[in-house]
Amino acid sequence: MTTLQVHLQGIGLWSATLGDFAAFQAQERGESVPAPAARPPAATLPANERRRVPESVLLAVEVAGQAVAMSGHAASEMLCVFSSAYGDQLISDYMCATLALAPAELSPTRFHNSVHNAPAGYWTMATGCHAASSAISAGHASFGAGLLEAATLCVAEERPVLLVCSDIAGSGPLGEMSGTHASFGCALVLSPQAETGSLGRLELTLMPHADKSLRPALTGDTWYETNPIAASAWPLMQNLARGQGKCILAAAETLALCAVLETPV
Amino acid sequence: MGAIRQLANFDKDERHLPPRLSRLGNVTGGGYAGVMPVPIQPLAVRAYTATSALGQGLASHFAALSSHRGGLRENDFSSAPLACWIGRVAGVEDASLPAAHAVWECRNNRLAWLGLHQDQFLDQALDARQRYGAARVALILGTSTASIGATEEAYRHLDSAGLMPPELRRPLIHAPHSLAGFVAEALGLEGPCLTVSTACSSSAKVFANAERLIRLGLADAAVVGGVDTLCDSVLFGFNALELVSPDPCRPFDQTRHGISIGEAAGFALLERADAAPHAPRLLGYGESSDAHHMSTPHPEGLGAELALHDALTRAGLRPEQVDYINLHGTASLKNDEVEAALIARAFPASTRASSTKGFTGHTLGAAGILEAVVALEAIRHGLVPGNLGCTSPDAACGPQLALQSEQRRVDIALSNSFGFGGNNACLAFGRAPA
Repeated sequence: MTTLQVHLQGIGLWSATLGDFAAFQAQERGESVPAPAARPPAATLPANERRRVPESVLLAVEVAGQAVAMSGHAASEMLCVFSSAYGDQLISDYMCATLALAPAELSPTRFHNSVHNAPAGYWTMATGCHAASSAISAGHASFGAGLLEAATLCVAEERPVLLVCSDIAGSGPLGEMSGTHASFGCALVLSPQAETGSLGRLELTLMPHADKSLRPALTGDTWYETNPIAASAWPLMQNLARGQGKCILAAAETLALCAVLETPV
Repeated sequence: MGAIRQLANFDKDERHLPPRLSRLGNVTGGGYAGVMPVPIQPLAVRAYTATSALGQGLASHFAALSSHRGGLRENDFSSAPLACWIGRVAGVEDASLPAAHAVWECRNNRLAWLGLHQDQFLDQALDARQRYGAARVALILGTSTASIGATEEAYRHLDSAGLMPPELRRPLIHAPHSLAGFVAEALGLEGPCLTVSTACSSSAKVFANAERLIRLGLADAAVVGGVDTLCDSVLFGFNALELVSPDPCRPFDQTRHGISIGEAAGFALLERADAAPHAPRLLGYGESSDAHHMSTPHPEGLGAELALHDALTRAGLRPEQVDYINLHGTASLKNDEVEAALIARAFPASTRASSTKGFTGHTLGAAGILEAVVALEAIRHGLVPGNLGCTSPDAACGPQLALQSEQRRVDIALSNSFGFGGNNACLAFGRAPA
């Protein structure tokens, strides 16, 4: 079998110009949308954590919280997969700069926040979730590979899964290498069976040896092309806003994932 | 329901669900513990290999483990002095990548390349690609450092405009997916490809990802493993957290002072059991979250116990069937105390247990695969490695702790891996049926 079928129960989304999925839908309809707060509110976190954690954690927790709230499922029971192409680039930039100048002055807190699974750690702490959590990366295919991983987990374990994909804007020499100039996060709650309030059925099919279709030419005039998650998630997000459609996502260097969305009748 | 159907098959296999481990029902408040993990069909581990401070390949690991000879040395790696001991792999500097893969050059990928060449692993992986097709072999690798060492190096040599020097201006190596990207290219694999980066449980969790892909028919085989290399980030980072020992680490000893950081590469090739009936088996795995703290474990080992319970349940094993456990045993004060208490309450004295981090150091994102390989070698050679570095065990330790190496038959072996962020994994391996 190379096709997986999952049901969408919740969607979260955040960027500098879009505060949630409803805002994205409104924008897709051509309406003007007010910009959200400068920092993702991440209301799931306790107030003291919210002040202390880095932007990468706020972003991931914000979209995760939106998607889980929409799903009606309890976060404490949900398997979760956090995907990011670069993790916390700002902490990596800070760490490499500090290590080059005064390594003994490295901040212990920033070091433990530098692990790729920091958002997963803070999320599971905030929600009291003891289920399996994962933090993954797959370069430019981090969204498609994340979707494949989350759908695989959902079908194999017969349990709802939270998928969170996010990357923050970079800075410094590392930011120049990553080419990430905007922050973007999105989250999906997947369920193995249709439930009330289901937003649609997603059929995912692997299409190997698909190298040509996986690197669409960039137009260079939209912000979302400068974020690895946004650039690859955009076609699926547009289909979700529409309620249906088919798109091709990169799941690996030459592995495509065909995602067909159908809305329940 | 699929889960119920599979449980029925499971009973027909004449294996048994384990009894609830001590306290498990109470500590979870009936939430997560109520979700029964899906049992798995065992997978064959057709090939495996490891490279660490103990040497390159399985033979050097077996020789060092059986003769109680560790591989730690005084730190001669960090860019500024730091008084500690490290598990450094000799010869990484000389293992340059072929010109065709030069864009991936960095210490982490050199260690990967060195590791792939041990024990004919590269040939076995290419053979799997040949048998199944490149798109039917998944590649799932764990790493916590990836090639951040190359990024650190670039920051030490920024040009006058504050940019990375030309030879290091290679975006692919300044990203967490550097390792898996390189290995996918080097092996020519085109199936699902993923980096798992959950700190010190990274390369244990890869077995779970691979099993799910194979179970659902999304892949026929998987190359799993992980590579972490020494770098300033981890040496000075763990030092800042006051977790680094000035002396060689002493897991589970009363006088332990923290960890010794090491580096390693390890790989395993997983296939359906009928494809390699005489190979050892992956019997189960467990994954959980502590939901407690970013850098200290749950004080009662809640997450660790859930992962253990999950692994035994998937494998259909009872605690008394476990012959050997390779412990996480980092030699940090908290981890060892919590893990020792868990083993003492959950297993009989006939189960032997040890940490091998006194031999190799804590290889972080590579610890999962390195210690999975130790567990597989324990089965193959009938060797329980001694817990190097421990002479006076912590009061929390039970009679399971093996201070010296022991020759005894090992049919079932577990490996524990716990990471920052409260991320836990437990793997269960077994001998092929006779």
